[in-house]
Amino acid sequence: MAASTNKKKSKVVRYNKWGYIFLIPFFLVYFVFQLIPLISTFYNSLFENYMSGLTQIGPRFVGLENFKSLFQNGDLLKYTGNTIIMWLIGFIPQIIISLLLAAWFTDLRLRLKAQGLFKTVIYMPNLIMAAAFSMLIFTLFSDNGPINSIMINLGLIDKPFRYLSNVWGARGLVGLMNFMMWFGNTTILLMAGMMGIDVGLFEAAQVDGAKPFDIFTKITLPLLKPILLYVLITSMIGGLQMFDVPQVLTAGDGRPDRAAMTLIMYLNKHLYSKNYGMAGALSVILFVITAVLSVFVYRSMVDRTKE
Amino acid sequence: MKKKILSMVLCISMTAAALAGCGNSGGNQPASNNNAGDTKEESNAAEDQKEETSSENESGEGKVLNIYGWNEEFQGLFEKYAKDLVPDDVEVKWVITPSKDNAYQNKLDETLLNQENAAADDKIDLFLIEADYASKYVDSEYTLDIKADIGLTDEDLAGQYQYTQDIVTSEDGKLKATSWQATPGLFAYRRSIAKEVLGTDDPAEVQAALADWDKFDAVAEQASAKGYKMLSGYDDSYRTFSNNVSGPWVDADNKIVVDENIMKWVDQTKDYTDKGYNNKTILWDDGWQADQGPKGNVFGFFYSTWGINFTLLGNSLETAVDDGGKEEVGNGIYGDYAVCQGPQSYYWGGSWLCAAAGTDNAELVKNIMQRMTCDKETMLQITKDTQDYTNNEEAMNELAASDYASDFLGGQNHIALFAEAAPKIDMSNTSPYDQGLNEDFQTAFHDYFDGNVDKETALKNFYKAAVEKYPELTYDE
Repeated sequence: MAASTNKKKSKVVRYNKWGYIFLIPFFLVYFVFQLIPLISTFYNSLFENYMSGLTQIGPRFVGLENFKSLFQNGDLLKYTGNTIIMWLIGFIPQIIISLLLAAWFTDLRLRLKAQGLFKTVIYMPNLIMAAAFSMLIFTLFSDNGPINSIMINLGLIDKPFRYLSNVWGARGLVGLMNFMMWFGNTTILLMAGMMGIDVGLFEAAQVDGAKPFDIFTKITLPLLKPILLYVLITSMIGGLQMFDVPQVLTAGDGRPDRAAMTLIMYLNKHLYSKNYGMAGALSVILFVITAVLSVFVYRSMVDRTKE
Repeated sequence: MKKKILSMVLCISMTAAALAGCGNSGGNQPASNNNAGDTKEESNAAEDQKEETSSENESGEGKVLNIYGWNEEFQGLFEKYAKDLVPDDVEVKWVITPSKDNAYQNKLDETLLNQENAAADDKIDLFLIEADYASKYVDSEYTLDIKADIGLTDEDLAGQYQYTQDIVTSEDGKLKATSWQATPGLFAYRRSIAKEVLGTDDPAEVQAALADWDKFDAVAEQASAKGYKMLSGYDDSYRTFSNNVSGPWVDADNKIVVDENIMKWVDQTKDYTDKGYNNKTILWDDGWQADQGPKGNVFGFFYSTWGINFTLLGNSLETAVDDGGKEEVGNGIYGDYAVCQGPQSYYWGGSWLCAAAGTDNAELVKNIMQRMTCDKETMLQITKDTQDYTNNEEAMNELAASDYASDFLGGQNHIALFAEAAPKIDMSNTSPYDQGLNEDFQTAFHDYFDGNVDKETALKNFYKAAVEKYPELTYDE
């Protein structure tokens, strides 16, 4: 009797052990590749440390001096603004089109054919490497590129429009690319949300004589809110980290007038000149912003499971 | 029970694998603080080998010659004129990194800083530098004195233009690099367009019409009236202004100084853009290169020596050499260009050869330098073959006085013009920051020319980009 309880007890303990052992690889990877770099970023942000030609300057402890100069020269606000504007240019059409497509794809009465094909095609742009995609758009929209010559041949304009020399041209193209790359992904997320809604609700509404638009606004949208919030915030975090698309499109300068310069491109500028202190400080600021947004995501997810 | 054993085995192998991977890298890291543990081990192995079987060739030098550069210009010359210097058992390895955005310098810095720890075969032996940042390397301990360390003699170097040595002489008086070319700049114009606009294509008469900036502006107006553009884009005349400044980019207190003459470039280019005297292209972009070809409508281009044989000639052809075209009259506008001094003398570019400290091929490096930059016969041959202007005053003066003629330039002896311009080159106002600052200044002011920002904002954007690139610099708000 005593022996058997003893055995049982040890079994429980052993199961726990397996659990922890299985978690070791994750924690090791996390520790080496995430936590240590994270802490060292905070540490680095307090130092003056860069290369002047072939000579190392510093590292010299300067306290919060790097943060001070980042906030003082006002660029930080401008680049945050740029990032948000370019994200919005992409996100607003993205959410509208995605909602529409998701509603169509999930509408049982429409019975769309070849759904699988459409879903694959709209997801495709996301599979192309962002840099390659930017290069393609850069060539298409260059001053002597095909878009300009088509528009001239059609008689829409009489001389080439210089997209990349125009503030809204450059921002618009970045937004366009982000839209094209991400609307497929959003559509699939929203479809999953819509398919989770009880079909009975739609049928009841139809029996009561509700029009499709009413069904969409009064039933689908309210029940989709948690998923919409999730999409919004993950896209916002992704948008804050926007880098490769504008970097390649504007050759790293954020031209014109630095209006297409995002926060991460600014970070890249500092890293390129090996200015680790400044880059560290900027990374810490970005970390704080992203962390706050992540808390919102976490909240929205937890609330959903409670329901 | 079996399951338990199986799971235990799986667990152990999994953690062991994870820890083993970690242990390895952790164990090696402190031994060499850069470039992972493997290189260190390799270099040790290489050293061991040297003691026993010797991985060196007969002359006692390394087996790999590493050459760093930013384009294939020198590679082409090397293959043609110096290949025979390399012993059969030595491999020449080229590492080419484009120079835009300091990418080449960053690559070079990284490798030079790691030179001590690198395996013998990975050490840089020879690298190329440009005038725009020469002093950065010349005044560092990463380059060898080519007289004392490498062994070139004053006699070897006597034929070179003095300025090509002044710019690469370190603060303590050591000569750190040597060049095969001198790079005075000229204005290359289209004969057919000059005939239409000025009524003549004779270099002397065209020069008289373009002798100063006021005259240059007047010709721009005439060309515009006939439907031609004076210049291709924004950056074309930049060097003629930036080379005639009164002081370097950065003063003694590390403060950026924008010279008045550079602001003159801004005003002129803005004026040309607003009046439609240029095609709004940017240096090296597709439109700029196309403007130099058969479909171009541009009067002329500011180019220095290398630009004429290396860039302009290639762009002028209808069928590129790679596509089976020939460099001859009838292919595109070959033969339609001519050169004159232009409104102001200037230089542009130039490549110097540096011997990297720590090279294991010193003797070979010496031979290459001697052949490429000191040997009169080779240099004369290079000019004859490629129309480039080489760094040997005597040879060039001989050619200038001879009946040498360039088919590409419609039978003109352009060497005579270069020989006249070369002794006037003054590189006293260079700084280690020239490349980055020139690039940033041009980029920032493109917005002003495009009409997106006013002059003050463009200047502010330039300062911002400059201190991002060079954190040690300051500027007046």
